[in-house]
Amino acid sequence: MTPQAQLLPGTLDLLILRAVSLGPLHGYGILLRIGQISGNALLIEQGALYPGLFRLVRQGLLKASWGTSENNRRAKFYELTAAGHKRLREETESWNRLATAIGAALADQPEEL
Amino acid sequence: MRLLDSLRFRIATLFRGSEIDAEMEEELRLHIQYRADDLERSGLDRAEAERRARIEFGGQVKYKEECHDALGNNFIETLAQDVRFSLRVLRKSPGFTFAAIVTLALAIGANAVVFAILNALILHPRNVPQAQSLYGIEHGSDKSPLESYPDYLDLRDRNQSFAGLAAYNVCWAGLDTGKDPTEVGGYEVSGNYFEALGIQPYLGRFFNTTDEHGPNSAPYMVLTYSFWHGHFQDDRSVVGRVVRLSKHPFTIVGVAPPDFQGTLLFISPDFFVPLVNKEQLDGEDILNARGNRKLLMALGHLRAGVTPAQAIADLNSIGAYLEKSYPKDDADMKFTLVRPGLAGDFLGGPVKAFVTALMLLAGLILLAACANLGSLFAARAADRSREVALRLALGSSRNRILRQVFTESVLISLVGGTVGLLGSIALLRVLSTWEPLPGIRSLHIPVHPDANVYWVALLLALASGFLFGAVPVRQILSTNPYEIIKTGSIGKVGRRITLRDLLLGVQIAICAFLVTSSLVAVRGLLRSLHSNFGFEPRNAMLVHTDLSTAGYRGDSMATMQKRMIAALEKIPGAKSVGLVSWPPLGGGWIKSDVFTEQTTDLSLSNAAANAFLYNISPDYFQAAGTVLLAGRIFSWHDDKNAPRVAVINQEFAHKIFGSVTNAIGRQYKMPDGTRVQVVGVVEDGKYLSLAEEPQPAMFLPFLQAPSSVTRLVVRSSRDPQQLAAVMKTTLQDLDAGLPFTIGPWTMDAALFAPHVATASLGVMGVMGAMLAVTGIFGMAAYSVSKRLRELGIRIVLGAQRRGVLEAALARPLKLLALGSVAGLLLGILATRVLAFIVYQATPRDPLVLGGVVLAMVLLGLLATWIPARRALSVDPAMLLREE
Repeated sequence: MTPQAQLLPGTLDLLILRAVSLGPLHGYGILLRIGQISGNALLIEQGALYPGLFRLVRQGLLKASWGTSENNRRAKFYELTAAGHKRLREETESWNRLATAIGAALADQPEEL
Repeated sequence: MRLLDSLRFRIATLFRGSEIDAEMEEELRLHIQYRADDLERSGLDRAEAERRARIEFGGQVKYKEECHDALGNNFIETLAQDVRFSLRVLRKSPGFTFAAIVTLALAIGANAVVFAILNALILHPRNVPQAQSLYGIEHGSDKSPLESYPDYLDLRDRNQSFAGLAAYNVCWAGLDTGKDPTEVGGYEVSGNYFEALGIQPYLGRFFNTTDEHGPNSAPYMVLTYSFWHGHFQDDRSVVGRVVRLSKHPFTIVGVAPPDFQGTLLFISPDFFVPLVNKEQLDGEDILNARGNRKLLMALGHLRAGVTPAQAIADLNSIGAYLEKSYPKDDADMKFTLVRPGLAGDFLGGPVKAFVTALMLLAGLILLAACANLGSLFAARAADRSREVALRLALGSSRNRILRQVFTESVLISLVGGTVGLLGSIALLRVLSTWEPLPGIRSLHIPVHPDANVYWVALLLALASGFLFGAVPVRQILSTNPYEIIKTGSIGKVGRRITLRDLLLGVQIAICAFLVTSSLVAVRGLLRSLHSNFGFEPRNAMLVHTDLSTAGYRGDSMATMQKRMIAALEKIPGAKSVGLVSWPPLGGGWIKSDVFTEQTTDLSLSNAAANAFLYNISPDYFQAAGTVLLAGRIFSWHDDKNAPRVAVINQEFAHKIFGSVTNAIGRQYKMPDGTRVQVVGVVEDGKYLSLAEEPQPAMFLPFLQAPSSVTRLVVRSSRDPQQLAAVMKTTLQDLDAGLPFTIGPWTMDAALFAPHVATASLGVMGVMGAMLAVTGIFGMAAYSVSKRLRELGIRIVLGAQRRGVLEAALARPLKLLALGSVAGLLLGILATRVLAFIVYQATPRDPLVLGGVVLAMVLLGLLATWIPARRALSVDPAMLLREE
C-alpha cells in the first residue's frame, strides 16, 4: 500500500468536482473514483465527503438526483452543472499555477539565489 | 436573483426540513451499505463488513451536522437570533410598534370579519353532508325559488337528476306544552326531507315518506337541537310526548343533530313538521292547490355523475310538460340551479353582491394599512441608515440585514394579525347570537369562524408583513456604508416623487374613497328615515299574532278579529285601531296577479300586474296614517254578503286604469276570476324596501278576504310601555291561549339592509380616516424631523413662520389634496352601486361633497398639527450646536 497524504484544506471540493466531471456518480462512487484517479494516495475519511457534497450542491456547482445504482440499489447521483464545469476549469488552472509556483520555490537551490 | 433564490431555498429547507433530514440519513446509510457490499465481496461476512464500513465512515452524527451547516441550515437559530434582535429594536420604539400593531390589527380584523361572513354565507353555506352536490331550484325569469305543492310532486317524481328532491316552507305555530303557549317558528317539510339531505337524528327518529297517507295524516314533529336544549332542557324523555301545535296534537318523534339548523341561512327553525299536516297549522289547504305557486323551496342532491346543466335540461322538460298540462296555473317553468341557503338568488344576489363589495373594501383597507406601514418602515430604514451602514462595514451581508428587516415586519404583522383575529372572533360571536329583527323570531346570522378564516387571517398577516417589509429593500440594498459613516445621515432632499410619496397618495385616495362612501350611505339612510312611506310608523303600536296558531278557522277568525279591534278601541288614549295582514315594510308580504276586466283567459302570462295585497279593516288607513286620494274607504258593511270591493294605490290606478279619477268604480279580476270593484285610491307607499320604485298595491276588506295573519295597529300618543301593558291584558282577557307579541311599529325589517350597509361602510370610513391620519402624521413628522436642521437654518436666516410651515408641510398637504380628490372621484363613481341598497344614496349632494372635503381637511389638520408645532418650535441655536 502506498503511503497516504493528508488533504490540504479546500482541495476536497476540487477533487469532488474532478471526480464527478467524468460522469454522474453517487457518494461512494465519488470516493472510489478519487481513490482511483489519485492512485489511492490521499487519505479521506469517508463521511467527510458529504458536507463537501452538500456545500457544492448549495453553491449550484453540483446537482443531485435520486436514481438506481448498477447493483439495483437506490442512490443519490451527483453531476456537474454548467457553473460546476466552469469552476472546475478555473480551480484547476489556479491550482496548477499555485502548484508550479510552490514546486518551483521549493525546488530552488539556495545557491542559485 | 441570488437573493430570491436563496430566499426560496431557505423557505424550502424550512418547510421540507424533516424531508431533507430523512433524505440525508438515507444517503449516508446507503453509502455504508455500498462499502459493506465491497468488503463482503473481499471475503468478510456481512455483519463484520457492516461494522467495518461504519467505522470507516467516521462519526455519522458529526457529519450530518456538518451537512446541515453546509446547507446553511442553522435556519431556526438564525431566526431566533433575528427575532430576539427585532424584539429589542421594536421595544426601543414602542410608539411605532404600537401604532403598527394597532393599524394591522384593525385592518386584518376587518378582513377576517368580512371573510368569515363571506365564508359562512357564500362559500360554505350549509352544514349538510356532501354540500357540494346540494342544489336548490329556482324559476328562470323572475328568480322565484318557490313552487306549489302539486308542481313540487311532479318535479320530484318525474326528474331523473336528483337523488331525492325535498321541499320545505317556513311556518309559525303556537306551541302548547301545558305551560304558557308560545309562538314558535319551524319548517313544514316534505316527507323525504331528512332522507334527501342525508341527516341522521340525534335522538329518536325522523318522520319519512311512509308516514304520509294524505292530508293531516302525519302529526309528527322533529325538534332542532337548540330548541330542544333551550325549551325542553335536554330532556331525553321528550321523544314520544304529545304536544299541541296550533291546538292540534303532534307527537315529538326525534331531535335533529346539533349542527343542523335547517336549510335557510338566516332563519333557523325550532321544529320540523310534515307538509301534509300544513292545514292543521294554519288552515291552508295546499295539497291540491297547483296555483299556489309561491310556497315551497325545493332542494336536493344531484345523482352522482349528473351535471347541473343536465339537471336543468331535465327540469325544463318537466316544466314544459307542466305548462302544457296546466296552462291556467303554470307559466314560466324554466329552471336554474342555485346554492341553497339564501332562498336562491332572491336573497342570495344582493347578499353576495354586498358581501363581495365589503370584501373588496376590506381589502382596500388592508392595502392602505400596508402602504401606511410601508412608508413608516421606509422612514425608519432611512433613520437607521447609520446602523445599517455600520453593520455592513462590520461584515454583515445585505441579505442578513434584509432578513432582519423582514423578521421585524413579519413579527409586527403576526402580532397585529393575531390581535385582529381575536378581536374579530369576539365580534363574530356577538354577531352570531344577535337577533337583528326582534319582530321576526329565529332570525340569525350564523357566522362561526372556522379554520378557513384562521388561515386567511394568517396568510393576510404574512403577506402584508412581506409587502410593507419590502418597501425599504431597495433603500437598504443601495446603502453605501462609507458615504454614510463619513458624512452622517443626510437624507437627499429631492424634489423627485419618491415611492413613499406615491404610497401615501394612494393611501389617502383609498381613505378618501372610504370616507366618501360612508358619508353617502349615512346621508342616504338619514334621508330615507324622513321620507314618506305611505304610512306613519311613529306613535303607533303593533300587535303581532296569527289566529291559526290558536286554532281559529273560517268565520270564528273574523269574529275574533272584530272582538280584538273593538276591545283595543276601548283602551283610553287609543285614537284609532286598524287591522292589516302583513304591514308594509314589515319583512313579510303577499302579492297577487291581477287581470283587467276584459281578460277572459286568466293564465299567468295575461296578468296585467303583480300587486301587493293587504287584508285590512275599515279603520286601517286612519290608524296607519295613509292618505285617501279619491273615493271612499271600507265600511263594516263590506262583508261577505256585499259585492267585492278594493282600495288601490295610485300606481295601481295608473297602471291598470290610466289615472286616479278613472279608477273609481271600475272593476278588475283576481286570479280566481272574481271581479273586484275599486271604491277608493290611496297614496303610493313603500312596501318591500325603501329603495324600490313605486309598486302597485291593493287593499281588500278582511271580512271579504280573510287572513289569519293579523297585525293590529293602535295609534296613540300614550307612553308606549304603559299602553303595551294595557293592550296585553286586554287581549289576554279575550283568549288566554292566543300567542301574540306587542311592540312599537318599526321598519326594522326594511331598514335592516340599509342599516347594515351604513354601519359597515361607516366602520370602514372611520378606519379609513384613522389610517389617513396616521399616514399623514407619519409622513409629516418624518419630513419635519429630517429637515429640522434645514428649518433651523431657515429660521436663523429670518424665515417667517409661514415660510417654515410651508417648507415643512407643503408636500404632505399637497399629497393630501391630490389623494382626496382622486378618492372623492372614485367614491362618486362607486356609489352608484350603493344606490341599490341604500335609498336615495347619491353623491351629487353638496352636503356629502362638502362633508368629504371638510373631513379630509380636518384629518389633515389633525395629522399635521404635532409636526407643525415641532417645526415652529425649532430652536436653531440648540440644533446647530448639537448636530
